[in-house]
Amino acid sequence: MNIYIYDKTFDGLLTAVFDAYFRKTFPDELLSEGDALPLFYDELHTVVTDEEKAARVWRGLQKKVSSSALGCLTQSWLSELPEVGMLIFRYIRKAIDSPRSIETNFADPDVLQLAQIWKKVDGERVHLMQFVRFQKAADGTFFAAFEPQFNALPLTVHHFKDRFADQKWIIYDMKRRYGFYYDLQEVTTISFDDGSRESHLITGMLDESLMDKDEKLFQQLWKTYFKAICIKERINPRKHRQDMPVRYWKYLTEKQR
Amino acid sequence: MNENVLAKLKILAESAKYDVSCSSSGTVRSNKPGLLGNTVGGWGICHSFAEDGRCISLLKIMLTNYCIYDCAYCINRRSNDLPRATFSVSELVELTMEFYRRNYIEGLFLSSGVVRNPDYTMERLVRVAKDLRQVHRFNGYIHLKSIPGASRELVNEAGLYADRLSVNVEIPKEENLKLLAPEKDHKSVFAPMKYIQQGVLESKEERQKFRHAPRFAPAGQSTQVIVGATSESDKDILFLSSALYNRPTMKRVYYSGYVSVNTYDKRLPALKQPPLVRENRLYQADWLLRFYQFKVDEIVDDSYPDLDLEIDPKLSWALRHPEHFPVDINKADYEMLLRVPGIGVKSAKLIVASRRFSRLGFYELKKIGVVMKKAQYFITCKELPLQIQTVNELSPQRVRTLLLPKSKKKVDERQLVLDFGE
Ligand code: SF4
Repeated sequence: MNIYIYDKTFDGLLTAVFDAYFRKTFPDELLSEGDALPLFYDELHTVVTDEEKAARVWRGLQKKVSSSALGCLTQSWLSELPEVGMLIFRYIRKAIDSPRSIETNFADPDVLQLAQIWKKVDGERVHLMQFVRFQKAADGTFFAAFEPQFNALPLTVHHFKDRFADQKWIIYDMKRRYGFYYDLQEVTTISFDDGSRESHLITGMLDESLMDKDEKLFQQLWKTYFKAICIKERINPRKHRQDMPVRYWKYLTEKQR
Repeated sequence: MNENVLAKLKILAESAKYDVSCSSSGTVRSNKPGLLGNTVGGWGICHSFAEDGRCISLLKIMLTNYCIYDCAYCINRRSNDLPRATFSVSELVELTMEFYRRNYIEGLFLSSGVVRNPDYTMERLVRVAKDLRQVHRFNGYIHLKSIPGASRELVNEAGLYADRLSVNVEIPKEENLKLLAPEKDHKSVFAPMKYIQQGVLESKEERQKFRHAPRFAPAGQSTQVIVGATSESDKDILFLSSALYNRPTMKRVYYSGYVSVNTYDKRLPALKQPPLVRENRLYQADWLLRFYQFKVDEIVDDSYPDLDLEIDPKLSWALRHPEHFPVDINKADYEMLLRVPGIGVKSAKLIVASRRFSRLGFYELKKIGVVMKKAQYFITCKELPLQIQTVNELSPQRVRTLLLPKSKKKVDERQLVLDFGE
């Protein structure tokens, strides 16, 4: 059994592919520094992430699969699932070794599983576009907190920037503790460190003292609308929860008491 | 904006909620400097789901629920004693803008009761859309419900600001419509539909010549049919839908299971529950028309005028036509794959894409997402377990029994699940 150790970055993963072809031995498992090693293994190689090597692998891949398949790889990576590194590794290897593009061969378990992971991450991207709720702060900035299952927030920045082009906004990933801030010009990554975290960054909700004067009213209006639009004769809690999973309720305005 | 608006919002949302359409589909339009909003195309975005499980995409609201008409199936008919309210144009505009800015909605779906006369009412609806677009630079989605009997000029103006326009048919047969809504007839519905169609088509043509010619309802039109308030069969309803879909701009027909809102009116059936299963079967049949290349007379005809409530219309078709099966997964063309119960659009596409690499078997099909529990009786493929018999070996009746939901397990047939394999 061959083991590669890498730094859990996407470039690191691509470098691992480069190393494997160079060394002509392929890993059975990809671990990161500090992971427990199995009892028996034949070879241990530590990958030193190298942008140039990573770029060469990527360029090689561009000749083998379409750009949408490449997008699928980078997007699946954002799932942060433990198995996704090895999966992408095997996919790249198959793509490089195959005379024609493998990307539509869904009978191949790796191709299919990656497509499924991609779909999950993409689903989270859609959930963000659906369920992000802004609260207007007194300074005019619109603030939203969210806890995405996967690291899908970066995939939505373009959408939010296009849609809310004339208002300042912040969307903050509470789980990964970073977010994006749009200042009417451009979007920048922001991160509040623990010490300076303000209360709204702990609860995800603006304190009333920080709100725009009409914010409370609009929240009430939305809650009123949400209740009024429901047809009692058709009540269907199962579908309600299925389409709007409980894990998102924490920051949904209409689900606040 | 004040507390007063809260009370109005409650009244006017409750009055609007029986219109089932809520989609914000059909337009892709990115932002331009100085505007607020975009539309994303595809299905649009559902921002929330009400406790009845329905998607909330647009602020679905009435401008007023006062009405001079007395349609028997409508909660807002003039003979009902219920709280009435009217929004001012500016209140509605502000609500839309502020809800949109908080990512609550994709835009506005505005309808109205008829006050004074159709044109007076229509003009106010148009004002709201116009203000949103021109004064507030709103670039999100707008769906206006055209008032039956409104003039061509106003419908034409509405088309300049709205993404979608709709006129509800409500009751498929004219004699039934006249019985329940004496002030309406088919002309008051189909004439504005035609204005919309002409507007859309003309604007498309203009825009090919002049890039900056104004857009006209780029997301086309939709309509709604009430199910179960009158005696129409599913055949009557689906033949109407199919005829409407044959017109170039009709994008969606919605089916609304009748909710007994006016129990005192003896012209209407007293339903304990809206006919939700039937409604779902109609939606499934509608999908077969739009995405599965079925012709309407394959789904219903004189000898089979009503959909089977226990099984979905695609399975029902397959059981009535066992001669088309089994289908060879590794050879059949896409159109035939789509007809196999348990195979949806997505899995049919995956099958076509994957079988170029290697012949597909039971295991691969399952992985791809084919509902094998259903499909197994209708296909042949590599490595199909030997004990599985096809619909012809077993008889359609037997397969039907095997596939009926077990009475113990509660399957919720009220949901719009496309269980013929999506
Ligand atoms: S015209 Fe419209 S609002 Fe008025 S009663 Fe008829 S359906 Fe209801």
